[in-house]
Amino acid sequence: MLSWLSSVLQGYEWLLLRGLWQTLLISVLAYLIGLAIGFCLALANGTGVRSIHSAIRTYSYLFRALPELILIMLLYYASGDLFGWVFRLFGFGQAQLNGTSAAIIVLAIVSAAFACEIFSAAIKAVPIGMVEDAISLGMGPMLRLRRIIFPIMLPLALPGLANLWLMVVRGSSLVSVVGVMELALAAEQGAGATKAYFAFYLAGMALYLAVALFTLQLFYKAEKYLRRGQLAI
Amino acid sequence: MNWSWLPEFAPQLLQGLGVTLLVFSVSVCAGFVIAVPLALAQIRGTWLIAKLAGGFCSTLRGTPLLMQLFLFYYGIGSLFASAPAIREGLPWLVRLDAIWYVLLAFSLNFAAHEAEVLRAALLGVPRGEIEAAESYGLSPLQVLRHVWLPSAILRVYPVLANDVIAQLKTTPLIFTVPVVDVMAVVNRVMQDRLLVYEPLIFIGVIYLILSFLILRFFALVGRRGPQRWLA
Repeated sequence: MLSWLSSVLQGYEWLLLRGLWQTLLISVLAYLIGLAIGFCLALANGTGVRSIHSAIRTYSYLFRALPELILIMLLYYASGDLFGWVFRLFGFGQAQLNGTSAAIIVLAIVSAAFACEIFSAAIKAVPIGMVEDAISLGMGPMLRLRRIIFPIMLPLALPGLANLWLMVVRGSSLVSVVGVMELALAAEQGAGATKAYFAFYLAGMALYLAVALFTLQLFYKAEKYLRRGQLAI
Repeated sequence: MNWSWLPEFAPQLLQGLGVTLLVFSVSVCAGFVIAVPLALAQIRGTWLIAKLAGGFCSTLRGTPLLMQLFLFYYGIGSLFASAPAIREGLPWLVRLDAIWYVLLAFSLNFAAHEAEVLRAALLGVPRGEIEAAESYGLSPLQVLRHVWLPSAILRVYPVLANDVIAQLKTTPLIFTVPVVDVMAVVNRVMQDRLLVYEPLIFIGVIYLILSFLILRFFALVGRRGPQRWLA
Protein backbone atom coordinates (compact mmCIF):
# COMPACT_ATOMS: atom_id res chain seq x y z
CA MET A 1 0.00 0.00 0.00
CA LEU A 2 2.65 2.46 1.13
CA SER A 3 5.06 1.58 -1.64
CA TRP A 4 2.26 1.83 -4.17
CA LEU A 5 1.39 5.25 -2.78
CA SER A 6 4.95 6.49 -3.02
CA SER A 7 5.24 5.14 -6.56
CA VAL A 8 2.18 7.17 -7.51
CA LEU A 9 3.28 10.31 -5.68
CA GLN A 10 6.90 9.83 -6.87
CA GLY A 11 8.61 11.00 -3.70
CA TYR A 12 6.44 14.09 -3.31
CA GLU A 13 4.43 12.68 -0.38
CA TRP A 14 6.56 14.74 2.05
CA LEU A 15 5.55 17.86 0.17
CA LEU A 16 1.91 16.94 0.73
CA LEU A 17 2.46 16.20 4.43
CA ARG A 18 4.31 19.50 4.91
CA GLY A 19 1.39 21.17 3.18
CA LEU A 20 -1.02 19.41 5.51
CA TRP A 21 0.97 20.62 8.52
CA GLN A 22 0.87 24.21 7.20
CA THR A 23 -2.88 23.93 6.56
CA LEU A 24 -3.47 22.68 10.11
CA LEU A 25 -1.24 25.39 11.58
CA ILE A 26 -2.95 28.17 9.62
CA SER A 27 -6.45 26.83 10.28
CA VAL A 28 -6.05 26.19 14.02
CA LEU A 29 -4.42 29.54 14.79
CA ALA A 30 -6.82 31.48 12.56
CA TYR A 31 -9.77 29.67 14.12
CA LEU A 32 -8.68 30.29 17.71
CA ILE A 33 -7.89 33.96 17.10
CA GLY A 34 -11.14 34.32 15.18
CA LEU A 35 -13.10 32.77 18.06
CA ALA A 36 -11.46 35.09 20.57
CA ILE A 37 -12.19 38.21 18.49
CA GLY A 38 -15.68 36.99 17.68
CA PHE A 39 -16.46 36.35 21.34
CA CYS A 40 -15.28 39.81 22.37
CA LEU A 41 -17.38 41.32 19.57
CA ALA A 42 -20.41 39.32 20.69
CA LEU A 43 -19.96 40.58 24.27
CA ALA A 44 -19.53 44.16 23.02
CA ASN A 45 -22.61 43.65 20.88
CA GLY A 46 -24.55 42.67 24.00
CA THR A 47 -23.71 45.88 25.90
CA GLY A 48 -26.43 47.70 23.96
CA VAL A 49 -24.35 50.78 23.07
CA ARG A 50 -25.85 51.98 19.80
CA SER A 51 -22.65 52.97 17.94
CA ILE A 52 -20.77 49.78 18.88
CA HIS A 53 -23.76 47.73 17.82
CA SER A 54 -24.03 49.30 14.37
CA ALA A 55 -20.27 49.14 13.80
CA ILE A 56 -20.21 45.43 14.60
CA ARG A 57 -23.25 44.83 12.43
CA THR A 58 -21.61 46.52 9.45
CA TYR A 59 -18.41 44.51 9.97
CA SER A 60 -20.17 41.19 10.26
CA TYR A 61 -22.50 41.93 7.33
CA LEU A 62 -19.66 42.97 5.03
CA PHE A 63 -17.43 40.06 5.92
CA ARG A 64 -20.19 37.52 5.53
CA ALA A 65 -21.52 38.98 2.26
CA LEU A 66 -18.21 39.34 0.41
CA PRO A 67 -16.62 36.31 -1.26
CA GLU A 68 -13.80 34.91 0.88
CA LEU A 69 -11.36 34.82 -2.00
CA ILE A 70 -11.71 38.56 -2.60
CA LEU A 71 -11.45 39.32 1.13
CA ILE A 72 -8.37 37.14 1.42
CA MET A 73 -6.64 38.83 -1.51
CA LEU A 74 -7.62 42.29 -0.28
CA LEU A 75 -6.58 41.68 3.34
CA TYR A 76 -3.46 39.82 2.32
CA TYR A 77 -2.09 42.79 0.38
CA ALA A 78 -3.48 45.30 2.87
CA SER A 79 -1.93 43.58 5.91
CA GLY A 80 1.41 43.41 4.12
CA ASP A 81 1.27 47.13 3.30
CA LEU A 82 0.09 48.07 6.78
CA PHE A 83 2.80 45.99 8.41
CA GLY A 84 5.51 47.53 6.24
CA TRP A 85 4.14 51.02 6.93
CA VAL A 86 4.12 50.50 10.71
CA PHE A 87 7.67 49.16 10.58
CA ARG A 88 8.88 52.16 8.57
CA LEU A 89 7.05 54.45 10.98
CA PHE A 90 9.07 53.11 13.90
CA GLY A 91 12.26 53.19 11.89
CA PHE A 92 12.87 49.47 11.51
CA GLY A 93 13.47 49.83 7.79
CA GLN A 94 11.96 47.53 5.22
CA ALA A 95 10.00 44.61 6.58
CA GLN A 96 7.64 42.11 5.05
CA LEU A 97 4.97 40.11 6.78
CA ASN A 98 5.57 36.47 5.95
CA GLY A 99 2.87 34.69 3.96
CA THR A 100 1.79 32.23 6.63
CA SER A 101 1.24 34.89 9.30
CA ALA A 102 -0.63 37.08 6.84
CA ALA A 103 -2.85 34.13 5.95
CA ILE A 104 -3.55 33.47 9.64
CA ILE A 105 -4.48 37.11 10.26
CA VAL A 106 -6.70 37.24 7.20
CA LEU A 107 -8.58 34.03 7.97
CA ALA A 108 -8.95 35.08 11.61
CA ILE A 109 -10.55 38.41 10.65
CA VAL A 110 -12.96 36.67 8.29
CA SER A 111 -13.91 33.90 10.72
CA ALA A 112 -14.36 36.40 13.57
CA ALA A 113 -17.38 37.84 11.72
CA PHE A 114 -19.02 34.42 11.62
CA ALA A 115 -18.00 33.59 15.20
CA CYS A 116 -19.53 36.87 16.38
CA GLU A 117 -22.90 35.87 14.87
CA ILE A 118 -22.76 32.38 16.37
CA PHE A 119 -21.83 33.64 19.85
CA SER A 120 -24.39 36.47 19.74
CA ALA A 121 -27.19 34.02 18.93
CA ALA A 122 -26.05 31.58 21.63
CA ILE A 123 -25.72 34.29 24.28
CA LYS A 124 -29.21 35.52 23.43
CA ALA A 125 -30.47 31.98 24.03
CA VAL A 126 -29.31 32.03 27.67
CA PRO A 127 -32.49 32.49 29.74
CA ILE A 128 -32.48 36.05 31.07
CA GLY A 129 -33.87 34.83 34.39
CA MET A 130 -30.70 32.89 35.11
CA VAL A 131 -28.56 35.96 34.51
CA GLU A 132 -30.84 38.00 36.78
CA ASP A 133 -30.62 35.31 39.45
CA ALA A 134 -26.85 35.48 39.23
CA ILE A 135 -26.90 39.27 39.58
CA SER A 136 -29.20 39.09 42.58
CA LEU A 137 -26.82 36.61 44.21
CA GLY A 138 -24.13 39.25 43.86
CA MET A 139 -22.06 37.66 41.13
CA GLY A 140 -19.75 40.03 39.25
CA PRO A 141 -19.69 40.15 35.46
CA MET A 142 -16.66 37.87 35.07
CA LEU A 143 -17.97 35.26 37.48
CA ARG A 144 -21.34 35.41 35.75
CA LEU A 145 -19.65 34.85 32.41
CA ARG A 146 -17.68 31.89 33.70
CA ARG A 147 -20.31 30.17 35.80
CA ILE A 148 -23.61 30.98 34.06
CA ILE A 149 -23.31 32.22 30.50
CA PHE A 150 -20.45 29.99 29.31
CA PRO A 151 -21.80 26.62 30.44
CA ILE A 152 -25.25 27.30 28.99
CA MET A 153 -24.11 28.99 25.82
CA LEU A 154 -21.29 26.69 24.73
CA PRO A 155 -23.30 23.56 23.84
CA LEU A 156 -25.72 25.77 21.90
CA ALA A 157 -22.90 27.41 19.97
CA LEU A 158 -20.96 24.22 19.30
CA PRO A 159 -22.70 22.97 16.11
CA GLY A 160 -22.23 26.40 14.55
CA LEU A 161 -18.62 26.48 15.71
CA ALA A 162 -18.00 23.05 14.16
CA ASN A 163 -19.37 24.34 10.86
CA LEU A 164 -17.16 27.40 11.14
CA TRP A 165 -14.12 25.21 11.74
CA LEU A 166 -14.82 23.26 8.55
CA MET A 167 -15.28 26.57 6.76
CA VAL A 168 -11.90 27.79 8.00
CA VAL A 169 -10.17 24.57 6.89
CA ARG A 170 -11.77 24.80 3.46
CA GLY A 171 -11.12 28.54 3.33
CA SER A 172 -7.45 28.02 4.13
CA SER A 173 -7.08 26.47 0.67
CA LEU A 174 -7.83 29.91 -0.79
CA VAL A 175 -4.58 31.42 0.49
CA SER A 176 -2.79 29.25 -2.08
CA VAL A 177 -4.06 31.79 -4.64
CA VAL A 178 -1.76 34.45 -3.15
CA GLY A 179 1.09 31.94 -3.00
CA VAL A 180 1.09 30.88 0.66
CA MET A 181 2.38 27.34 1.02
CA GLU A 182 -0.25 24.92 2.30
CA LEU A 183 -1.95 21.70 1.25
CA ALA A 184 -3.71 22.99 -1.87
CA LEU A 185 -0.54 24.60 -3.19
CA ALA A 186 1.51 21.52 -2.27
CA ALA A 187 -0.87 19.34 -4.28
CA GLU A 188 -0.67 21.80 -7.15
CA GLN A 189 3.12 21.81 -7.11
CA GLY A 190 3.37 18.04 -6.81
CA ALA A 191 0.91 17.63 -9.66
CA GLY A 192 2.80 20.10 -11.81
CA ALA A 193 6.17 18.46 -11.14
CA THR A 194 5.10 14.86 -11.73
CA LYS A 195 2.23 15.39 -14.21
CA ALA A 196 0.21 12.98 -12.05
CA TYR A 197 -2.56 15.53 -11.70
CA PHE A 198 -5.34 13.16 -10.79
CA ALA A 199 -3.37 11.33 -8.09
CA PHE A 200 -2.15 14.52 -6.39
CA TYR A 201 -5.47 16.31 -6.32
CA LEU A 202 -7.18 13.14 -5.11
CA ALA A 203 -4.56 12.72 -2.39
CA GLY A 204 -4.96 16.36 -1.36
CA MET A 205 -8.72 15.97 -1.19
CA ALA A 206 -8.37 12.79 0.86
CA LEU A 207 -6.19 14.63 3.39
CA TYR A 208 -8.70 17.49 3.67
CA LEU A 209 -11.50 14.97 4.12
CA ALA A 210 -9.56 13.06 6.78
CA VAL A 211 -9.02 16.29 8.73
CA ALA A 212 -12.70 17.18 8.43
CA LEU A 213 -13.99 13.78 9.53
CA PHE A 214 -11.53 13.46 12.41
CA THR A 215 -12.18 16.92 13.81
CA LEU A 216 -15.95 16.50 13.47
CA GLN A 217 -15.62 13.51 15.79
CA LEU A 218 -13.79 15.73 18.29
CA PHE A 219 -16.57 18.32 18.12
CA TYR A 220 -19.16 15.59 18.57
CA LYS A 221 -17.33 14.32 21.67
CA ALA A 222 -16.99 17.87 23.02
CA GLU A 223 -20.69 18.50 22.62
CA LYS A 224 -21.52 15.26 24.41
CA TYR A 225 -19.19 16.25 27.24
CA LEU A 226 -20.61 19.77 27.51
CA ARG A 227 -24.15 18.44 27.49
CA ARG A 228 -23.46 15.98 30.32
CA GLY A 229 -26.21 16.14 32.89
CA GLN A 230 -28.62 17.80 30.48
CA LEU A 231 -31.75 16.15 29.19
CA ALA A 232 -31.42 14.64 25.74
CA ILE A 233 -33.24 16.54 23.03
CA MET B 1 -7.23 55.95 -6.25
CA ASN B 2 -6.69 55.21 -9.91
CA TRP B 3 -9.79 54.24 -11.89
CA SER B 4 -8.50 55.02 -15.38
CA TRP B 5 -8.54 51.31 -16.30
CA LEU B 6 -12.28 51.03 -15.88
CA PRO B 7 -13.51 52.32 -19.28
CA GLU B 8 -10.89 50.34 -21.16
CA PHE B 9 -11.70 47.05 -19.43
CA ALA B 10 -15.46 47.62 -19.27
CA PRO B 11 -16.36 45.29 -22.21
CA GLN B 12 -14.17 42.50 -20.80
CA LEU B 13 -15.58 43.01 -17.33
CA LEU B 14 -19.13 42.75 -18.67
CA GLN B 15 -18.25 39.59 -20.57
CA GLY B 16 -16.62 38.14 -17.48
CA LEU B 17 -19.66 39.02 -15.42
CA GLY B 18 -21.75 37.11 -17.95
CA VAL B 19 -19.59 34.01 -17.46
CA THR B 20 -19.80 34.36 -13.67
CA LEU B 21 -23.59 34.67 -13.78
CA LEU B 22 -23.81 31.73 -16.20
CA VAL B 23 -21.82 29.45 -13.90
CA PHE B 24 -23.79 30.68 -10.90
CA SER B 25 -27.26 30.17 -12.39
CA VAL B 26 -26.50 26.87 -14.13
CA SER B 27 -24.87 25.41 -11.02
CA VAL B 28 -27.75 26.48 -8.77
CA CYS B 29 -30.40 25.01 -11.10
CA ALA B 30 -28.50 21.83 -12.03
CA GLY B 31 -27.27 21.38 -8.47
CA PHE B 32 -30.78 21.54 -7.11
CA VAL B 33 -32.05 19.01 -9.68
CA ILE B 34 -29.20 16.63 -8.75
CA ALA B 35 -29.77 17.23 -5.04
CA VAL B 36 -33.31 15.79 -5.04
CA PRO B 37 -32.34 12.23 -6.05
CA LEU B 38 -29.25 12.46 -3.81
CA ALA B 39 -31.43 13.33 -0.82
CA LEU B 40 -34.04 10.69 -1.67
CA ALA B 41 -31.32 8.06 -2.07
CA GLN B 42 -30.19 8.77 1.48
CA ILE B 43 -33.73 8.53 2.86
CA ARG B 44 -35.37 5.77 0.85
CA GLY B 45 -32.43 4.00 -0.78
CA THR B 46 -31.14 0.58 0.20
CA TRP B 47 -28.26 0.52 2.69
CA LEU B 48 -25.57 0.58 -0.01
CA ILE B 49 -27.18 3.33 -2.09
CA ALA B 50 -27.82 5.46 1.00
CA LYS B 51 -24.19 5.04 2.12
CA LEU B 52 -22.86 5.88 -1.33
CA ALA B 53 -25.00 9.01 -1.62
CA GLY B 54 -24.07 10.06 1.92
CA GLY B 55 -20.37 9.48 1.27
CA PHE B 56 -20.54 11.45 -1.96
CA CYS B 57 -22.15 14.38 -0.15
CA SER B 58 -19.76 14.45 2.80
CA THR B 59 -16.74 14.13 0.49
CA LEU B 60 -17.80 17.17 -1.52
CA ARG B 61 -18.85 19.06 1.60
CA GLY B 62 -15.68 18.28 3.54
CA THR B 63 -13.13 19.28 0.90
CA PRO B 64 -12.39 22.71 -0.58
CA LEU B 65 -14.12 23.57 -3.85
CA LEU B 66 -10.72 24.73 -5.13
CA MET B 67 -9.39 21.16 -4.89
CA GLN B 68 -12.53 19.75 -6.53
CA LEU B 69 -12.19 22.22 -9.38
CA PHE B 70 -8.56 21.22 -9.90
CA LEU B 71 -9.41 17.53 -9.64
CA PHE B 72 -12.09 17.85 -12.30
CA TYR B 73 -10.28 20.17 -14.67
CA TYR B 74 -6.62 19.12 -14.42
CA GLY B 75 -7.13 15.63 -12.98
CA ILE B 76 -9.93 14.22 -15.10
CA GLY B 77 -8.83 16.27 -18.08
CA SER B 78 -5.36 14.71 -17.91
CA LEU B 79 -6.85 11.22 -17.42
CA PHE B 80 -8.84 11.66 -20.63
CA ALA B 81 -5.79 12.83 -22.51
CA SER B 82 -3.62 9.96 -21.23
CA ALA B 83 -6.09 7.20 -22.17
CA PRO B 84 -5.52 6.33 -25.86
CA ALA B 85 -9.01 4.87 -26.21
CA ILE B 86 -10.58 8.19 -25.25
CA ARG B 87 -8.01 10.28 -27.08
CA GLU B 88 -8.69 8.54 -30.39
CA GLY B 89 -12.28 7.41 -29.88
CA LEU B 90 -13.77 10.52 -28.33
CA PRO B 91 -11.45 13.41 -29.24
CA TRP B 92 -14.13 16.00 -28.44
CA LEU B 93 -14.08 14.82 -24.82
CA VAL B 94 -10.37 15.62 -24.55
CA ARG B 95 -10.81 19.02 -26.17
CA LEU B 96 -13.78 19.89 -23.95
CA ASP B 97 -13.74 23.57 -22.93
CA ALA B 98 -12.71 24.38 -19.38
CA ILE B 99 -16.12 25.90 -18.73
CA TRP B 100 -17.74 22.44 -18.81
CA TYR B 101 -15.49 21.20 -16.02
CA VAL B 102 -16.26 24.35 -14.05
CA LEU B 103 -20.00 23.83 -14.50
CA LEU B 104 -19.68 20.19 -13.45
CA ALA B 105 -17.60 20.96 -10.34
CA PHE B 106 -19.82 23.84 -9.18
CA SER B 107 -23.05 21.93 -9.85
CA LEU B 108 -21.94 18.82 -7.98
CA ASN B 109 -20.65 20.90 -5.08
CA PHE B 110 -23.92 22.79 -4.75
CA ALA B 111 -25.85 19.53 -5.14
CA ALA B 112 -23.94 17.97 -2.23
CA HIS B 113 -24.70 20.93 0.03
CA GLU B 114 -28.36 21.08 -0.96
CA ALA B 115 -28.86 17.31 -0.68
CA GLU B 116 -27.94 17.62 2.99
CA VAL B 117 -30.45 20.45 3.49
CA LEU B 118 -33.15 18.67 1.52
CA ARG B 119 -32.58 15.40 3.35
CA ALA B 120 -33.29 17.04 6.68
CA ALA B 121 -36.23 18.96 5.21
CA LEU B 122 -37.80 15.89 3.60
CA LEU B 123 -37.50 14.00 6.87
CA GLY B 124 -39.15 16.92 8.66
CA VAL B 125 -42.38 16.72 6.66
CA PRO B 126 -45.03 15.13 8.91
CA ARG B 127 -45.90 11.55 7.97
CA GLY B 128 -49.60 12.43 7.95
CA GLU B 129 -49.17 14.82 5.04
CA ILE B 130 -47.59 12.15 2.88
CA GLU B 131 -50.03 9.46 3.99
CA ALA B 132 -52.95 11.76 3.17
CA ALA B 133 -51.56 12.30 -0.32
CA GLU B 134 -51.04 8.56 -0.76
CA SER B 135 -54.56 7.79 0.38
CA TYR B 136 -55.86 10.11 -2.34
CA GLY B 137 -54.32 7.65 -4.77
CA LEU B 138 -51.36 9.78 -5.90
CA SER B 139 -48.47 7.82 -7.33
CA PRO B 140 -45.14 8.04 -5.46
CA LEU B 141 -43.85 10.50 -8.07
CA GLN B 142 -46.96 12.66 -7.73
CA VAL B 143 -46.65 12.62 -3.95
CA LEU B 144 -43.07 13.82 -4.30
CA ARG B 145 -43.90 16.44 -6.93
CA HIS B 146 -47.05 17.91 -5.38
CA VAL B 147 -46.79 17.30 -1.63
CA TRP B 148 -43.52 16.05 -0.21
CA LEU B 149 -41.01 18.26 -2.02
CA PRO B 150 -43.04 21.53 -1.89
CA SER B 151 -43.72 21.05 1.79
CA ALA B 152 -40.04 20.33 2.45
CA ILE B 153 -38.83 23.32 0.42
CA LEU B 154 -41.21 25.66 2.25
CA ARG B 155 -39.72 24.53 5.53
CA VAL B 156 -36.14 25.34 4.58
CA TYR B 157 -36.79 28.37 2.38
CA PRO B 158 -34.52 30.77 4.36
CA VAL B 159 -31.72 28.18 4.38
CA LEU B 160 -32.01 27.82 0.61
CA ALA B 161 -31.69 31.59 0.18
CA ASN B 162 -28.55 31.53 2.33
CA ASP B 163 -27.05 28.64 0.38
CA VAL B 164 -27.70 30.30 -2.97
CA ILE B 165 -25.83 33.38 -1.74
CA ALA B 166 -23.05 31.14 -0.44
CA GLN B 167 -22.86 29.62 -3.92
CA LEU B 168 -22.53 33.10 -5.44
CA LYS B 169 -19.65 33.77 -3.04
CA THR B 170 -17.73 30.75 -4.35
CA THR B 171 -17.83 31.90 -8.00
CA PRO B 172 -14.62 34.01 -7.93
CA LEU B 173 -12.82 30.64 -7.74
CA ILE B 174 -13.57 30.12 -11.44
CA PHE B 175 -10.54 32.25 -12.29
CA THR B 176 -8.14 29.59 -10.95
CA VAL B 177 -8.77 27.54 -14.12
CA PRO B 178 -8.51 29.00 -17.65
CA VAL B 179 -12.03 30.44 -17.78
CA VAL B 180 -12.34 34.20 -18.02
CA ASP B 181 -14.89 35.26 -15.43
CA VAL B 182 -15.11 38.72 -13.91
CA MET B 183 -12.50 37.83 -11.28
CA ALA B 184 -10.06 36.79 -14.01
CA VAL B 185 -10.47 40.19 -15.70
CA VAL B 186 -9.91 41.92 -12.36
CA ASN B 187 -6.81 39.81 -11.85
CA ARG B 188 -5.56 40.84 -15.29
CA VAL B 189 -6.09 44.50 -14.39
CA MET B 190 -4.12 43.99 -11.18
CA GLN B 191 -1.19 42.54 -13.11
CA ASP B 192 -1.33 44.89 -16.10
CA ARG B 193 -1.69 48.12 -14.17
CA LEU B 194 0.13 47.09 -10.98
CA LEU B 195 -2.94 48.03 -8.97
CA VAL B 196 -4.16 46.12 -5.93
CA TYR B 197 -6.94 47.86 -4.08
CA GLU B 198 -9.05 49.51 -6.79
CA PRO B 199 -9.83 46.35 -8.82
CA LEU B 200 -10.49 44.32 -5.68
CA ILE B 201 -12.77 46.98 -4.23
CA PHE B 202 -14.54 47.17 -7.59
CA ILE B 203 -15.27 43.44 -7.68
CA GLY B 204 -16.23 43.46 -4.01
CA VAL B 205 -18.90 46.07 -4.74
CA ILE B 206 -20.13 44.00 -7.69
CA TYR B 207 -20.53 40.96 -5.48
CA LEU B 208 -22.27 43.02 -2.77
CA ILE B 209 -24.78 44.26 -5.35
CA LEU B 210 -25.34 40.76 -6.71
CA SER B 211 -25.93 39.22 -3.30
CA PHE B 212 -28.26 42.09 -2.40
CA LEU B 213 -30.29 41.45 -5.58
CA ILE B 214 -30.52 37.73 -4.82
CA LEU B 215 -31.64 38.49 -1.28
CA ARG B 216 -34.35 40.83 -2.64
CA PHE B 217 -35.44 38.18 -5.11
CA PHE B 218 -35.85 35.57 -2.37
CA ALA B 219 -37.64 38.07 -0.13
CA LEU B 220 -40.01 38.94 -2.99
CA VAL B 221 -40.78 35.30 -3.80
CA GLY B 222 -41.09 34.58 -0.09
CA ARG B 223 -43.65 37.34 0.39
CA ARG B 224 -45.73 36.32 -2.60
CA GLY B 225 -45.68 32.83 -1.15
CA PRO B 226 -43.39 30.30 -2.80
CA GLN B 227 -46.20 27.74 -2.61
CA ARG B 228 -47.80 29.42 -5.62
CA TRP B 229 -44.88 28.26 -7.79
CA LEU B 230 -44.34 24.98 -6.05
CA ALA B 231 -47.66 23.19 -5.72
